Amino acid sequence: MSDLLTVENLGKHFIVSGGLFGNFLGSARRVIRAVDGVSFSIAHGETLGLVGESGCGKSTVGRAILRLLDPTFGKVSLDGRDISHISRRALRPLRQNLQVVFQDPFASLNPRRTVGQSVAEPIKNYGLAKDAELRKAVERLFMRVGLRKDQIDRYPHEFSGGQRQRVGIARALGTKPNLIVLDEPVSALDVSVQAQVINLLVDLQQEFGLAYLFIAHDLAVVEHISARVAVMYLGKIVEIADKRRLFANPKHPYTKALLSAVPSPDPDHKKNRIILQGDMPSPSNPPSGCRFRTRCPIAKPICAEEEPELKAHGKHQFAACHFAAD
Amino acid sequence: MKLSPATKNGIKLVTGNRTVRACLIILSGVLLLSLIGPFASRHSVEAINFDESLISPTFTDGRVFGTDDLGRDLFVRTMQGIRLTMAVAVVATLVSLLIGVTYGVIAGYAGGKLDALMMRLVDGLYAMPFIFFVILLMVVFERSMLLIFVAIGAINWLDTARIVRGQTLSLKRRAFVDAARLTGVPSMRIIFRHIVPNLMGVVVIYITLTIPQIILFESFLSFLGLGVQEPQASLGSLVSGGVDSMEVAPWMLLIPASFLALILFCFNFLGDGLRDALDPRGDAT
Repeated sequence: MSDLLTVENLGKHFIVSGGLFGNFLGSARRVIRAVDGVSFSIAHGETLGLVGESGCGKSTVGRAILRLLDPTFGKVSLDGRDISHISRRALRPLRQNLQVVFQDPFASLNPRRTVGQSVAEPIKNYGLAKDAELRKAVERLFMRVGLRKDQIDRYPHEFSGGQRQRVGIARALGTKPNLIVLDEPVSALDVSVQAQVINLLVDLQQEFGLAYLFIAHDLAVVEHISARVAVMYLGKIVEIADKRRLFANPKHPYTKALLSAVPSPDPDHKKNRIILQGDMPSPSNPPSGCRFRTRCPIAKPICAEEEPELKAHGKHQFAACHFAAD
Repeated sequence: MKLSPATKNGIKLVTGNRTVRACLIILSGVLLLSLIGPFASRHSVEAINFDESLISPTFTDGRVFGTDDLGRDLFVRTMQGIRLTMAVAVVATLVSLLIGVTYGVIAGYAGGKLDALMMRLVDGLYAMPFIFFVILLMVVFERSMLLIFVAIGAINWLDTARIVRGQTLSLKRRAFVDAARLTGVPSMRIIFRHIVPNLMGVVVIYITLTIPQIILFESFLSFLGLGVQEPQASLGSLVSGGVDSMEVAPWMLLIPASFLALILFCFNFLGDGLRDALDPRGDAT
């Protein structure tokens, strides 16, 4: 099966200038390496989970793929076509295949338009339906995501967070995309509602053969929906593997630490919780060698000198650590 | 027409706020009086009659506000002054709204270099002494009402542009704007469908607070003799005339000045009330 989305060595650097006088003096320009060389691919109908703590660049990866941000370097291809370096005009028809669901359901809908208008907008823009047909299409989408037909003419503030997220999903489905970037779609929701939305996403994936890039900071959520999982730390992928392998046998110490933080429903379960010391270093000044070494429980001198590459450890499992084989 | 809930909320908040309601009633009362009043009087705005000059306010012969030094009926003139002052305020506000919103939205949405350039231009214009600018305009061109409207609007749009730009900057980062971009909505439509409607709330409040400024500025110009031309009158020019004969005919100053003060008070309270009513942090309702 060919890959739907390929991301090769994607990078996004932000330049922070040092204020008015810094600009004049041409000094104090800092480069924030939010994403620094990320590669992965997603097959048709597959879900890749992308996890990491806040500030690791996972949302930036999503936004760069969607071209809400222009990548600094690297290449993003959708169905074999480079979408990272073409003009916005050329991109427009391709975007039909690439949609998004945002994290905050309160910010993602225009408060002054009915939810029906919001859902209809993409369909209308791509000329997929008109008038009565458009109304029918919106009704179908509403029913499909578990909303009622009579809710179409209501405004976002009349809905709960979970319902709004369903509206957001309906909007993303309107253009019949192949790939949906889910940027922490359930992080803002209650746990019980999270499960409903995740189940809806799984159902929709099976029905429409969608591929997902599922961005989250919660491994438990990712475990349920993903086929493969990539773990990001400070702008780089430190481990990427099949879900089962990653959860059963993590190779990278950061992945191990993350997994040890997942709460278990079994009260007798003895946990060897790995507590990481300190905070994530600033992406404007990453540590030399391995980026994780400042917080790594097994760091050795070599880690400061040489940056570990993402190497295969077994089938479909890659980790970037000098001691992953141990 | 189905009103959007934001509009409905706004209406409810506004009518539910006692200050706002009182101000709206007084303002519409004054406006109505100025529109209907002159028809009830048998005196004309222009008729000069030296035999009847400087009559103090009396109920005989319908001279409720008395007459001025030229024997013109002050009631009719004051009503005309109110109409003109209100008209200047409304038109100048619309001019400032039109220029300011367009300019601010473009600067805010475009961002980057264009934004910096446009806002530095605003900063530059801010630094100009506008009284002199207006005086110069009035001297160079023939004085006309249109010029007053344009001059005042041209000053006020600077503030509007700044406020609108700030709002646009925060709105364009909202996820629903990203969602619109991702679904191929052209920039123009994003601006007019997703950004402008959402910044109107702030703009409306701001505008109610600028109207009194504009009225005051117009009165100031008229007071200096740069505003409306005789025989037309605005509240400012009436006050100016009243000052000259303050000692012999105090009503010529007090009557138009009271109306001016009343209108200014109401607009200021209206603006404050609206701000309280629409501020999500306050519990004005």
